[in-house]
Amino acid sequence: MRLTRRDAVAALAAAGVAVGGATLLSDSPEESDESPLDDGTVATLVAAAEVLYPSEVEDIDSFVGRYVRRRNADEPARADAVTDTVAYLDEYTDAWFDAAFADLESAERDDAFRRMSVDTADPVPDGDDVERVRYYVVNELLFALYSSPTGGELVGLENPRGNPGGLASYQRGPQS
Amino acid sequence: MSADRDRTPSPRVDVCIVGAGPAGALIAERLADSGHEVVVLEAGQEFDFDSRLDRMERTIRPAHDGLSVWEMGGERDAYSSTGEWFYPLNVARVKGVGGSTLHWQGMVMRLHESDFETDSRFGVGDDWPIDYADLKPYYAEGEQALGVAGASDNPFAPPRDEPHPMPAFEPSYSDSLFADACEELGVTMHSVPNARNSEPFDGDSKCVGYGTCKPVCPSGAKYDATRTIDDAREAGARVIDQVPVQRLHHDADGETVTSAEYVTPDGTTHRQEAREFVVACGGVETPRLLLLSESSTYPDGLANSSGLVGRYFQDHLFAGTGGVLDERTRQKHVGFLTSGTHQFYDDPSVGTDQGVPAADADRADMTPMKLEFFNYAGPSPVEMALDGETWGDDLLGELREGYGNSIAMGGLVGQRPRKDSYIGLDPSTTDDHGNPVPEVHWRVDDATERAIRRANEIQRAILEELGAEITWQVGPEDTGPAYHHMGTTRMGTDPDESVVSPRLQTHDLDNCWIAGSSVFVTSGAMNPTLTIAALSLKAADHIDDAL
Repeated sequence: MRLTRRDAVAALAAAGVAVGGATLLSDSPEESDESPLDDGTVATLVAAAEVLYPSEVEDIDSFVGRYVRRRNADEPARADAVTDTVAYLDEYTDAWFDAAFADLESAERDDAFRRMSVDTADPVPDGDDVERVRYYVVNELLFALYSSPTGGELVGLENPRGNPGGLASYQRGPQS
Repeated sequence: MSADRDRTPSPRVDVCIVGAGPAGALIAERLADSGHEVVVLEAGQEFDFDSRLDRMERTIRPAHDGLSVWEMGGERDAYSSTGEWFYPLNVARVKGVGGSTLHWQGMVMRLHESDFETDSRFGVGDDWPIDYADLKPYYAEGEQALGVAGASDNPFAPPRDEPHPMPAFEPSYSDSLFADACEELGVTMHSVPNARNSEPFDGDSKCVGYGTCKPVCPSGAKYDATRTIDDAREAGARVIDQVPVQRLHHDADGETVTSAEYVTPDGTTHRQEAREFVVACGGVETPRLLLLSESSTYPDGLANSSGLVGRYFQDHLFAGTGGVLDERTRQKHVGFLTSGTHQFYDDPSVGTDQGVPAADADRADMTPMKLEFFNYAGPSPVEMALDGETWGDDLLGELREGYGNSIAMGGLVGQRPRKDSYIGLDPSTTDDHGNPVPEVHWRVDDATERAIRRANEIQRAILEELGAEITWQVGPEDTGPAYHHMGTTRMGTDPDESVVSPRLQTHDLDNCWIAGSSVFVTSGAMNPTLTIAALSLKAADHIDDAL
C-alpha cells in the first residue's frame, strides 16, 4: 500500500501542523529548504520507519521525508530534540554494531531498538535517551503512519482519529 | 478576537458576569445586544484557536497527560473528594473562555416534562418551580444559539414547534447493525441531536471528522462557547480572561452585590462594580464563590440563608455494555453519536412484548435513563500503536486483531437529589490565592444504582439479540460520573428550600443572578447543556427587565 502526499498532509494535520495543500503537494525546493533537519537525520528517520512500518507499505522515504521536514520546520527547539535523539541512536548503534543506524541491515535496526528496550520504554519528550527515542522516533513515526488515511486503511479504518477525513466513511459498510 | 489585555475594571457597568462558559456567554451576548454594558470575568485563559491541532495531538499521544490538553490541574485547580464515591473533578471541567464546552461531547437534548415533576408524578425528588412549557421557547432559542443538528424522529421527545436549525447527522453503519436487533426487540431507535455542524453554520465549517470531539474539536464544527463570546464582543461586551473572582462584596444592608473582587495574573486585586451580577461558574465553582463570599451579614456564605448553597450535588452516571461481533463494525471514524433510544427514559421499568423484560422495580424505584449506540467502541488503532510493544508487521497484526469488531452501547442514568451530596469548602487545602479549595462530597442513592442495573439489562438484551459476545459491562460497581455538575444552587419559590427563584435571581440579593446547571432541581438523564442554555436565555430576559 502506497503512502502518498495526501497521507503526509493528513499526518501533519494530526500532528498540529496546518499545511496549505499547495505547500506540501508541490515538489518545490522550498519544501526541504525550510527544514532545520539535516539530510542525515532525515535518512536515519527513514531507516527507522523502514523497520517500524509494516512491509506492505511503500514509498516510505518520500512520506517520512515530507512529514519530518515540515513537522519540524517552524519548531527549532523540537528539531534540535529530534536531531539530538537521532544522534543518540547513531551513537548507540556505533557502540554495539559498529555502524550508524541507517547503515545497518533492517534486522539489525530492529535488534538495536529491542536491545535498548525502546519497545517497553515510556514515550517522554524530556526523558532519558531511550524514552526520547520512543517519543521522537518510534512514536512520532507510528503516529504519522497510523493517523494517515493509508495507515488507517491498513487496519480497515480509512478515517483514523486525528485525520479530517470527512463524514462519508462512518456511514459506509465494510464491503463498500 | 482575543481577551482584553487591559485587566483593570471598567467604570461601574450594567452587568458583571462571572464565568465565560455557555451560560455566561449567552447572557453576555443577549444583554450586550440589548444595549447594556457588560463585563465578563473569566478565571481561565482564552485559548488560541490555532492551538487546537496541537491540543488534539496531546489527546492521541500517550506521552501527554489528559489534563494538559486544556491545561487543567495544579494549585489553581486543587480540590478534595470526600464523598463515598471519588469524584475526578479536574477531568470533569475546563477553565477558560468557553468553559467546559471546550471539551464536551456536544449532545443536546431537552429535558422531558416528567423531569420537572418527579414529586408530583412519582412521589420522589422535588418538582421544579417551572415546567417544560415555560422553557420550551427558550429551548428553541438555545438550539439556534448552539447550532443543533437534529431531526424530529424521536417519538419519546417532548413536544417541539419547529425543526432543529440543521439536519441530523446520517446514521452510522454501526447503527444499521443495531437496527435489526432493536426492531426484533421492539426497541425504537432515533437520531441524536448534536451541537455540531452537519452543514456550514453561522460562519463555521461542517464537521470534517477528526474524531477527537471530546476533548477537542480542531475544526470548530462542534459548538463551544467561544463562538458566543465572539458574538458578545461584537455586541459590545468586554471579556477579561485570567482574572479569578475571589469574592463578591455586598452593600451595608446585604441587599445588593456591589462588586466582584478579582486578581490579575500579576497579582493585582481589582473590584468590578455593576448594577447586576451573574454568577455562571458551573455547578462547583458557583457555590464555592458564594461560600467564599461570606460576611458578617451572611456568615454561611452569600445567598445562603437557606443553607442549601452547595447542597443536592448531582451528576449523571454512565452505564455501558460492549463486546465483539463476528463481523466488521466500522467504529472510530467519528467521535460522536448518531443514534440512541429514549424509549426507557420516562419509565425504565417497562419492557417490550418482543423480548426486553420488564424490570422487577417500579418507576419510583428508579431514575430516568437514555441509551445510545456507540460509533467509537473498542480501541483506536493509532493509540494502540503508540502504546504497543512491537512494530512492523507484528504491530499491524495486533492492530488488525484488536480493531474492527467491537460494538457497544452506553447510556446515562439520572441521579436523585439528596441533601448530603454537596459541594463545600475544604479549609485544610488552599488554592494559588489562598482560598479553601472545593470539597466534592458526592453520594449516590439506591434508585440510581438500580437504574444503572436496569440500563445494563436492556443493553445486554439488545447486544445479545445482535449476536454479540459481551466482553464488558459498566454497572453500579464501576460506573463513574458524566461530568455534569448539577443542583448546587437549586431553584424554587420557597427561600427556605431553595437558593434562586424561578427568575434565577437569588432569594437573598436582588441583583445577584445565577445561571447554569447549579440551579437544576433534578438531573433528568439528558446532557445538561441545552437546558443550561435555555435557562440562561430565560435569565437574560429577566435581567433585561430588571435593568
